[in-house]
Amino acid sequence: MGFLDRSRTVAPPDWNRWLVPPAALAVHLSIGQAYAWSVFKTPLEKALGLSGTQSALPFQLGIVMLGLSAALFGTVVERNGPRWAMFVSLVCFSSGFLVSAVGVLTEQYWLVVVGYGFIGGIGLGIGYISPVSTLMKWFPDRPGTATGIAIMGFGGGALIATPWSTQMLQAFGSGTGGIAKAFAVHGVVYAVFMSLGVLLVRVPAEGWRPAGWEPVAAAAHRMITTANVSARNAIRTPQFWCLWVILCFNVTAGIGILEKASPMIRDFFSNTAVPVSVGAAGGFVALLSLANMAGRIVWSSTSDLVGRKNVYRLYLGVGALMYLGIALLGDSSKLLFVVCAMVILSFYGGGFATIPAYLKDLFGTYQVGAIHGRLLTAWSTAGVLGPLIVNAIADSQKTAGKSGPALYTTSFYIMIGLLVIGFVANELVRPVNSKFHEPVGETVETGASR
Amino acid sequence: MNQRVMLVIAWLWVGVPLVYGLYQLVLKAAQLFTG
Repeated sequence: MGFLDRSRTVAPPDWNRWLVPPAALAVHLSIGQAYAWSVFKTPLEKALGLSGTQSALPFQLGIVMLGLSAALFGTVVERNGPRWAMFVSLVCFSSGFLVSAVGVLTEQYWLVVVGYGFIGGIGLGIGYISPVSTLMKWFPDRPGTATGIAIMGFGGGALIATPWSTQMLQAFGSGTGGIAKAFAVHGVVYAVFMSLGVLLVRVPAEGWRPAGWEPVAAAAHRMITTANVSARNAIRTPQFWCLWVILCFNVTAGIGILEKASPMIRDFFSNTAVPVSVGAAGGFVALLSLANMAGRIVWSSTSDLVGRKNVYRLYLGVGALMYLGIALLGDSSKLLFVVCAMVILSFYGGGFATIPAYLKDLFGTYQVGAIHGRLLTAWSTAGVLGPLIVNAIADSQKTAGKSGPALYTTSFYIMIGLLVIGFVANELVRPVNSKFHEPVGETVETGASR
Repeated sequence: MNQRVMLVIAWLWVGVPLVYGLYQLVLKAAQLFTG
């Protein structure tokens, strides 16, 4: 593979490890654009005569492909290295936009679905896991912070893309020609932006460790292993499935609010003296995005200090209490509603960002990227489960003639139940049985032997 | 290229768009209190 080969990315001894996080961010800030897809929805509906369900298809397929490709290609990514993975992600994500541009220009909507959703979605999955194990090898002393920086980038991608794409559509026009031009510019600009990651990423030489850091001392904590478990063996352990449940239910709880934030706050306070305006609801959505992004770096860094198990106790336990607070307070205080929702969303982001370090603690760094890829199927499941619970219950309550907090209270109690199940699953996490460990000396760097 | 220069360029490369996004977000979030 030449330039893309893992062997070409081994860093010289004096390589500054702080060059690796911007490489990861270049990829994650780009693929995080997926959460800004809604900017294109209304223009596409008007230009091509689509329904809301149809215009959501490229995004939905993209998220499904993210989970599937991360799960299916995780081992290949580990074997071929981060530069190869970032390059494949760049090609898929950018060409997805270019194919979509052709689709809009020729009014062949299926090409947008295939381009952005299928091809681009593969880029999302491979790009999402591409820097994870590399970062943890560079930052064994603070893996939570390292992966938190990258995964914060995925949250930050939508913050950049939303105003940028909106301004571009205003400049080019929101007819087929304007949308096609905007897609083409996105494809080219993201290719250039992501190329920094491809050029800059390096893996540490075998045996490299930060000055003054001793793995044996770090492993004095019984929940942090120095052994390694392959991706194939990891999914046979109860620990993997406990983490799957934890991630799935933590994401379900967060996405239940995030996906419906704007109508939720307006419905919730509709019976009060001062209802929430459309503009104020937009402000609420923005605050949730900020909490989501901040939680990714703040809580995952905290996990390096207090331990992964304790920080998930916080996400799941305090998260359940926050939901209980919202359910009991009803529409009595907007401020408390906003604060509780922000805390829940910070835990949602924190849950995403901390899970790679939790995996590394339990399974080692050997194939942690591939294991992470398999675990992301929990995200795909939660992406369906969270909105389904909240929307179905709100619709049925509306049909029953209810309004205000009553539309959502049942959903909140279900979320509390899910978070409690997640809390129990977290309590069940123990160190992995040594029968699943790889023999010492067979886990050299790439995992290529598997 | 000197690694210090690379560090500055690399962090600016990702930092500038992120600051732009955060700025736009703060403007929008303010609408919760003014909108």
